[in-house]
Amino acid sequence: MGKYIVRRLLTAIPTILVISFIIFAILELSPSDPTGNLPLTIPPEVRAKIREALGADDPFAVKYVKWLQQFFIAEPLNFIETTTGIVFPGSEERVRVISWATRGPVMDIIAERLPQTLWVVGSSYLLGVIIAVPVGIFSAYKQYSIFDQVGTFLMMIGFSVPTFFTGLMFIIIFSVNLKWFPSVYDTTHVVTDMASLQKQLNQMFMPVTVLTLYFTAQLSRYTRASTLDNLQQDYIRTARSKGLTERVVVSRHAVRNSLIPVVTLIALGIPGIFAGAIITEQIFRVNGIGQYLIIAIQGGDLPTVQTVTFIFAVLVVLFNIVADVLYGILDPRVTYT
Amino acid sequence: MTSIAKSKPKHLDGSEMQEARTFVGDAWRQFRKHKLAMIAVVVLLVIIVGVVVGPAIWTLDPTYIDIVAAYQISSPEHPWGTDSLGRDTLARCLQGGRVSLAIGVSAMAVAIFIGTLVGLASGYFQRADNLLMRITDIFIALPQLPLLLVLMMLFREPLKASFGPEGGVFILMVVVIGGLQWMPTARLVRGEVLSVKSREFITAANALGSLDGRIVRNHILPNVLSPVIVAATFSIASAIITESALSFLGLGFPPDFPTWGRLLFDGKDYLTITWTLVFWPGLLISLTVLCVNFVGDGLRDALDPRLRK
Repeated sequence: MGKYIVRRLLTAIPTILVISFIIFAILELSPSDPTGNLPLTIPPEVRAKIREALGADDPFAVKYVKWLQQFFIAEPLNFIETTTGIVFPGSEERVRVISWATRGPVMDIIAERLPQTLWVVGSSYLLGVIIAVPVGIFSAYKQYSIFDQVGTFLMMIGFSVPTFFTGLMFIIIFSVNLKWFPSVYDTTHVVTDMASLQKQLNQMFMPVTVLTLYFTAQLSRYTRASTLDNLQQDYIRTARSKGLTERVVVSRHAVRNSLIPVVTLIALGIPGIFAGAIITEQIFRVNGIGQYLIIAIQGGDLPTVQTVTFIFAVLVVLFNIVADVLYGILDPRVTYT
Repeated sequence: MTSIAKSKPKHLDGSEMQEARTFVGDAWRQFRKHKLAMIAVVVLLVIIVGVVVGPAIWTLDPTYIDIVAAYQISSPEHPWGTDSLGRDTLARCLQGGRVSLAIGVSAMAVAIFIGTLVGLASGYFQRADNLLMRITDIFIALPQLPLLLVLMMLFREPLKASFGPEGGVFILMVVVIGGLQWMPTARLVRGEVLSVKSREFITAANALGSLDGRIVRNHILPNVLSPVIVAATFSIASAIITESALSFLGLGFPPDFPTWGRLLFDGKDYLTITWTLVFWPGLLISLTVLCVNFVGDGLRDALDPRLRK
């Protein structure tokens, strides 16, 4: 298994490099100018100097290698320095990935915004998993019952209705008409006592509910299908004919087997958390990673767009490996050589 | 003679004989059993007919500005209300639906075309398999939504210049959405081709001296068509959602050219004044996607003989 993981990680390196090259090449075609948003009174010579300082006029290959160096060497070193306190030689001259918009390191802004995304979107994903798995299993076990039929129908709705519509309807119902929850997420809010905790829960309610509905619909459909598959297998009949109780048949035999692909799907869905964040954060004005990406795209802040998009891609590749490894651990029939 | 005719067994009589069963007939019989899918077909037809002939019946100009009638929630003249400039929401939804549906179908066509081609090639030609599947894997790892947003931002202006503001964005949307959605189809088709390829009738066709192109076209393609049709249906739904999402984030069509997603984007700033502005286009998106998904479910059951009951 250890060998397999190492091999997968090694083969992931060329994939990640190709992806970073594709993203970089696409962005390179963009007409974005880092001095575009500056006041018009700045003379052209100064503009040229600014562009030179930011490295915006370098040839493509130089920019790409510089970015690779910044992202894969400078940023990790800096991360180690700030977390452990060890100072490497040359830490003064090390150039990090710098945003064209804020002139600050992109990674610092990402670190600032990550907690909001993880709080709102991560907790919805977790809630979605907690609700979806039992619902899916029960729905499959009681196939064609009222619970199953209503459940499947609701799953289909949750799966089809886009989050930007449910989000807006939630705002209309709960913020505009009932005035129960705020429609704008206040990030500066700090939880200190019960009252402020209440406020935090209030402002999290709508974005979390909208996303939970979506994640639950997707996962429970899958759990149901997988459980149904397993309940029709011969070994379930064998278990029943041995005289095992229904409880044992379902929980020990059927569920354990049907959750194997579900766990894989849950792992595969984790990078999707961040993509889902883009739209939801936009609706409820949560200033997380997704919103940062949108701002960067609209402002033509290429280093930021490049870095954030690339991080998303790395997450997809990594969680693909995680899913495969999990499959191998959970399913003894799968052997890796 | 007459006695022979009389003694003819009943079941040989033409009127008593069962109609020949065809694949399509069987599929249709099965599809009709899926009640929700049948309802979905009807609703979908209503929506399609509505957006196609609707503007001929509901003749209000979607671009007509009537500032006095702005921000109506619902009124006899404007049953679905009006926006901040007094433009009629019903007329705008009908017009926007044409674009949204057209994008859904065209992007699906692009995705299915590329996906089937790649899948057939990598499943049938062993030498191309490794390379094509590597490329597919890389495409799967690309972060979809961020990349879509970036591509929209980058190529909107140049394409607008050469194909006009609406045409340019339309082409871009279709190519970009289709170009990032073909991977599941390619994998699906490849898997099917691999299993069909090892059957006897392919060996027979080979033995008869059929060329590769002929085998793929006449023997393999018809056998992998069912899953492709199902995938195509689901692909329409996801293309419509993607278009709406892009428009909703402000990276779609220009404001005077409504699509359902664009209407939502425009309406979201007036939530406190009039809720119908986001309700109707949002409902249309959701209903369409829901129905398309149900039809896909029904088709999957109907086209796969193993799933029939």
